[in-house]
Amino acid sequence: MHIDKDLVAASATPLVLAILAEDESYGYAILKRVRALSGGELEWTDGMLYPLLHRLLRLGYVTTEWRTPPEGRRRKYYAITDEGRAALADQRQQWVTVTRALKDVWPGSGGVLTALSEA
Amino acid sequence: MKSVESQIAEWRAYVANAPGVNGHDVDELEDHLRHEIAELNAAGLTADEGFLIAVKRLGEVDGLSREFAREHSGRLWKQLLLSGDDEQAHASSGWLTTLVFAVAAAVAIQLARLAAGFPDEEPTWLARNATLFVLPFLAAYFARQRQLDTRGWTLTATPFVLAALVVNLYPWSGDSDTETLAILSLPIALWFVVAYPYTGGTIRSHERRMDFVRFTGEWFIYYVLIALGGGVLMGLTAAILEPAEVDVDRIAAWVLPSGAAGAVIVAAWLVESKQRVVENMAPVLTMLFTPLFALMLAGAAVVYAVTGLGGAFDREHLGTFDALLVVVLALVLYGTSARDASTSSPGWMDGIQLVAVVSALVLDVMVLGAMIARIGDLGFTPNRTAALGLNLVLLVNLAWAGWLSARFLTRRCRLNRLERWQTTYLPVFALWAATVVVILPPFFGFD
Repeated sequence: MHIDKDLVAASATPLVLAILAEDESYGYAILKRVRALSGGELEWTDGMLYPLLHRLLRLGYVTTEWRTPPEGRRRKYYAITDEGRAALADQRQQWVTVTRALKDVWPGSGGVLTALSEA
Repeated sequence: MKSVESQIAEWRAYVANAPGVNGHDVDELEDHLRHEIAELNAAGLTADEGFLIAVKRLGEVDGLSREFAREHSGRLWKQLLLSGDDEQAHASSGWLTTLVFAVAAAVAIQLARLAAGFPDEEPTWLARNATLFVLPFLAAYFARQRQLDTRGWTLTATPFVLAALVVNLYPWSGDSDTETLAILSLPIALWFVVAYPYTGGTIRSHERRMDFVRFTGEWFIYYVLIALGGGVLMGLTAAILEPAEVDVDRIAAWVLPSGAAGAVIVAAWLVESKQRVVENMAPVLTMLFTPLFALMLAGAAVVYAVTGLGGAFDREHLGTFDALLVVVLALVLYGTSARDASTSSPGWMDGIQLVAVVSALVLDVMVLGAMIARIGDLGFTPNRTAALGLNLVLLVNLAWAGWLSARFLTRRCRLNRLERWQTTYLPVFALWAATVVVILPPFFGFD
């Protein structure tokens, strides 16, 4: 299934914030998590994740730190801040509203309309 | 066949050269690339194949660099790159437009000079209007470059028209303090007016306002450089023509005003087009001078705290102090604007900046104290009112900036709060300068 570019872009921020809300992480791991979560359906250009992370950093939604794990290379870890959590909660609210509206209007999805027509 | 290591090194060098991407970003991207390659190798691909696919997945360097540049507009704030390739053509033809505007400003100031008979006579209307012969051209230059619509042009022109009306219709009395104050404040107020066309009308955007701060700092550096070069040129010309008994002063009277006016536009163009040169220089200069000023201010604050300001605080000292405070504020403001937001953890420069801000704050409070005492004794005069206002405006800015940067140092607030504070505060400076020009003179009866 191809997912529209705008939709991918719109969902990127809440997705990244939600992943970071689980635990702090670094670029590559975030991307792998996105792939796993969407079953590979969400196609991101890998490189675009970084400008996004830097934007979240500037907005104060995440903090970052370079760390060298015992084995391996220096790596930049990102962790969500309280402001980030607040933004995530807000985004979540918006997405819930949107999906509920869509669910209600689409037939066969168990929304209000189907319930009415079945009654 | 090349090893993957050398391929990675080549890729790294290529990405590092792309505009908008800095060393830390490349480290991060390289880490990502290596992860991806390792994963692909584990899945059975050869090292080479892994490299190719990983690079492809990371995305085209052009697109990547554009995204980085868009996010880090501070690192690379040229509209050139951001608004697409067609701008490239503009940049090369830009010098002609620049030349036209620079010459226009040079001619305008020259005509004004001839009309006034300067330097034989020194009518004050010339000093009052001098800015109005230069900055409108700069504003128009930007309005043209940013392709403003009619509304944008109108909004750009209105403040200049109002300023022209005020400085020419007010019944100024010769050699009054209010007039001197207006002459000093008008350039500042009108400089902020240039921000509107500079930002292409998006004056509400905090990022664009920060760009304007950066532009101001870099423009200043270019202008000083041009002035130095011009000074050397004039000096040599004078030296070489002296034996021929040419009246060098006459030549200077022609060349200096026009040169100074034209250089305003040329410096702006240089900032716009030769960005990278100064982009590297300006932050270095800030880095160099912020510690020195911090040291000097801290020393002065300690000395005056011990000895007290006393009655020795006359008008000239006040002027010096205010100039010093303005320089510190400019350094802090520019330092903030040039700061790389991606390194979000506080560094030693932030500590030094805090020292500078706090020392400036201490001095400002002492100056204010002295000033209020003086006003209490002798009452309000135009000079004292203007100075008091300026010090209050600075006090508020420095106090809150100091508070925020202390919180930032202890990691209790984000850097962008600090930037936001400065960009939010910018209009206050403009408003105070405008107040001194427009409201103070009638208030004090043009005294």
